[in-house]
Amino acid sequence: MIGIKEVEHVALLARLELTGEEKEVYSRQLSDILEHARKLQQLDTKDVPPTAHVLPLQNVLREDRVGEHLPPEKVLANAPDRQDDFFKVPRII
Amino acid sequence: MHLYYLTAHQLHDMLVNKEISAEELTRAVFDRIDQVEEKIRAYITLTREQAIQQARQVDRARVAGEELPTLAGIPVAVKDNICTAGVRTTCASKILYNYIPPYNATVMEKLNKEQVVMTGKTNMDEFAMGSSCENSAFFPTCNPWDTGRVPGGSSGGSAAAVAAGEAILALGSDTGGSIRLPASFCGVVGMKPTYGAVSRYGLVAYASSLDQIGPFSRDVTDCALLLNVICGHDPLDSTSAPYEQLDYTSFLTGDIKGMKIGVPREYMGEGIDTGVKEVITGAINVLTGLGAEVEETSLPHTEYALPAYYLIAPAEASSNLARYDGVRYGYRADRAGDVVDMFMKTRSEGFGPEVKRRIMLGTYALSAGYYDAFYNQALKVRTLIKNDFDRAFEQFDLLLGPTAPGTAFKRGEKIDDPLQMYMVDICTLSVNLAGIPAISIPAGMVDHLPVGLQLMGKPFGEGELLRVAYAFEQNTDHHRNFPE
Repeated sequence: MIGIKEVEHVALLARLELTGEEKEVYSRQLSDILEHARKLQQLDTKDVPPTAHVLPLQNVLREDRVGEHLPPEKVLANAPDRQDDFFKVPRII
Repeated sequence: MHLYYLTAHQLHDMLVNKEISAEELTRAVFDRIDQVEEKIRAYITLTREQAIQQARQVDRARVAGEELPTLAGIPVAVKDNICTAGVRTTCASKILYNYIPPYNATVMEKLNKEQVVMTGKTNMDEFAMGSSCENSAFFPTCNPWDTGRVPGGSSGGSAAAVAAGEAILALGSDTGGSIRLPASFCGVVGMKPTYGAVSRYGLVAYASSLDQIGPFSRDVTDCALLLNVICGHDPLDSTSAPYEQLDYTSFLTGDIKGMKIGVPREYMGEGIDTGVKEVITGAINVLTGLGAEVEETSLPHTEYALPAYYLIAPAEASSNLARYDGVRYGYRADRAGDVVDMFMKTRSEGFGPEVKRRIMLGTYALSAGYYDAFYNQALKVRTLIKNDFDRAFEQFDLLLGPTAPGTAFKRGEKIDDPLQMYMVDICTLSVNLAGIPAISIPAGMVDHLPVGLQLMGKPFGEGELLRVAYAFEQNTDHHRNFPE
């Protein structure tokens, strides 16, 4: 069971601001989904390695050479706010 | 027959024989869009002017006697989570409502080189999270066979566009069934290639270890042709597999004598509609009649795919979607105090309910105290699911079952119950967890709604899937059905 307090904690970790109604809905729905997920714990996986990735690829390297890059104007074209060649955000400190 | 209902290979021949021009074809497809789009709503963005320009360019090359690539001049729709330089790419999310990518996805570079004509960007469930296309922040897409029903998701716009003649081909992406499910619901061909077969560079990430771009088409030959164009190793995607590129049309022989096909009993049991099972049984009879050896088998961990997927995919999503913070692109909330307040307001206003739900679920599964019990356990179960397939493929060339447990459901039917909505994916999720290829092809109708047959293959066994799919198609007429 995921209580409101836990929902609030997870929302903060995820940088989400939830309304009172959302908190209640997610508390109920996440509890249902995780209850279903408990099924996984029926399986004995003591000697089973985890699969994070299906391909046997590791450490894909390339030559350390400067490639093509986007010019600043293109990079900043989607910025909600900018100043000169910088992304502008509200005050941090 | 209308031009917009012909296949790419038929249209290619007509273009080469100068029976039609690429511009005429493009205009025919846009006329069709004008005729039906109000009812279907497959597209978020239409690129009409650009499409006409692309078509004219193909016509100039044609008149000059240049040899045309196979898909040159063919109208193709592109899912709106694939980056298109200069063309808005929204992921059907408010948080990217105004995002114009400064670069092309690798698949777009490949399509441009092939000189296809892009019709526009198709609707989807927000960030590809959903099974009905109802989670789009803009509007739901309707199923061309019954506009009161969903087209399936998340690539619902691409599937509906191909089914309704609003495009000849389309690209989608498949993380847990997002190509195959809408292909099944809309009565078209859809393939999820092997993980690593198609570059993910420029595909907006949902769950990176599961996402794969793939083709939609109206027949198997077109599927092979589009796959030929989009496959291949890409140094820009570190999970792209170095493998030998094949001409997939070489598998379209019609000969499946002696092929060994397994039917996992878990795909034909409880939870699958009777009508769907009858269609699949009918398909098995067709394949047996063509000389395939079909036998029952088992993938014993199938029932664990749903809980494993709905921990792994949200966990990856919670990490991938951390980038949407209102700083560099997309939506930013106004009236925010400090920068953290701006992040929180931006994300809360920018993401829809299902996306928030999955971010919450994933954040929870990865958080201290729950990581081992949920996330790591899910990764171990993923190994068991993959081992099931490895064992089955020692005995069988491929596996077969339904793509979905039922036909297209009504809009609004499942939207308030996430777990019910997730159940729609029970036949498709395992394939993504195992990283193998699978195709959905039209196999019949139940109550005037299409049913998809799913074929699942060995890693990089797309050719064998196409071989069987083609043999089935050549001996049936389901791909010649069109919605009214």
